[in-house]
Amino acid sequence: MSAETTNGKPEGCALVTGGSRGIGAAVARALAEDGWHVAINYRSDSDGAEEVAKEIADAGGTTTLIAGDVRDSESLNKAFTALEGEHGRVLVLVNNAGMRDDGLSPQLGDDAWDRVVDTNLSAAFRTTRRALGPMLRARYGRIVNMASIVGPRANAGQANYAASKAGLIGMTRTVAVEVARRNVTVNAVAPGLVDTKFTEDVNGDALGEIPARRAGTPEEVAACVRFLASPEASYVTGTTLTVDGGLSA
Amino acid sequence: MTTKAETGNVEKVIFDGLAEVGAEPDDISREAEFESLDVDSLDLVELAQIVEEEFGVRLEGDDLKGLTTVGQVIDLVVKKAG
Repeated sequence: MSAETTNGKPEGCALVTGGSRGIGAAVARALAEDGWHVAINYRSDSDGAEEVAKEIADAGGTTTLIAGDVRDSESLNKAFTALEGEHGRVLVLVNNAGMRDDGLSPQLGDDAWDRVVDTNLSAAFRTTRRALGPMLRARYGRIVNMASIVGPRANAGQANYAASKAGLIGMTRTVAVEVARRNVTVNAVAPGLVDTKFTEDVNGDALGEIPARRAGTPEEVAACVRFLASPEASYVTGTTLTVDGGLSA
Repeated sequence: MTTKAETGNVEKVIFDGLAEVGAEPDDISREAEFESLDVDSLDLVELAQIVEEEFGVRLEGDDLKGLTTVGQVIDLVVKKAG
């Protein structure tokens, strides 16, 4: 049974984790522009999430706000079920929630390691697992994982972050081949330096290393997600789209 | 809302589900083996999703391991629901 379509877009909704600010907020806005009802998950920034919801509403879109830590799989599962009841299957999932907790490896504590890997990688897996069943049933799904150029590339002080993002890319590839024949695609986007609160403490000298000589914008990353989440990207799966101003070229 | 899992309706849902994932309807029976129906592991995952949506019974990865016939899955769903 295929998902019913309206103007080529299947009936269902989108979920963006970590959608209250930065790249996640830009992704939520972009998916809403494409006509999706967008569920915006956020951990603590309710003001930010409400602001994004208001912007989307002003532009004629609709949202559902879901407060909660992505590491809490039980509450996320409940949110999924509630969302499915009201807005249909989650057919677009953007695993964007992420964190950093930097330190050189000799001094990187277990807590910093665990929190970063749990949030960036394990929670993305659990959310993906929860989303896949209904996507398989719908014979349609788009999963986009927010990776990073840190992972494929080294960045001193980010062993935990790099491991989580490299893991996310490996997970992306593997899940993609498992579900490809059900028209469910799984891809990753790997941003370089993007101008958000997340990177505000990054040394400005880093810009000199970027061929584009500037940081990217959340909207430039969101445009990549928007493509991978679109019906048109149906033959793109298991790949990682790098958006870094040429840094890793 | 889920349906009560009794042998008769579980059998119907699973037979219909197998047809939906591509098994030849005429070949589906309690005795049929998944291999002969050309039902693979991803098809079984989808069948588990159908069962969960219909009866609220969750089949974990280990539950399906070692089950080779349609009847074994029907019996497992009825047992787990009970």
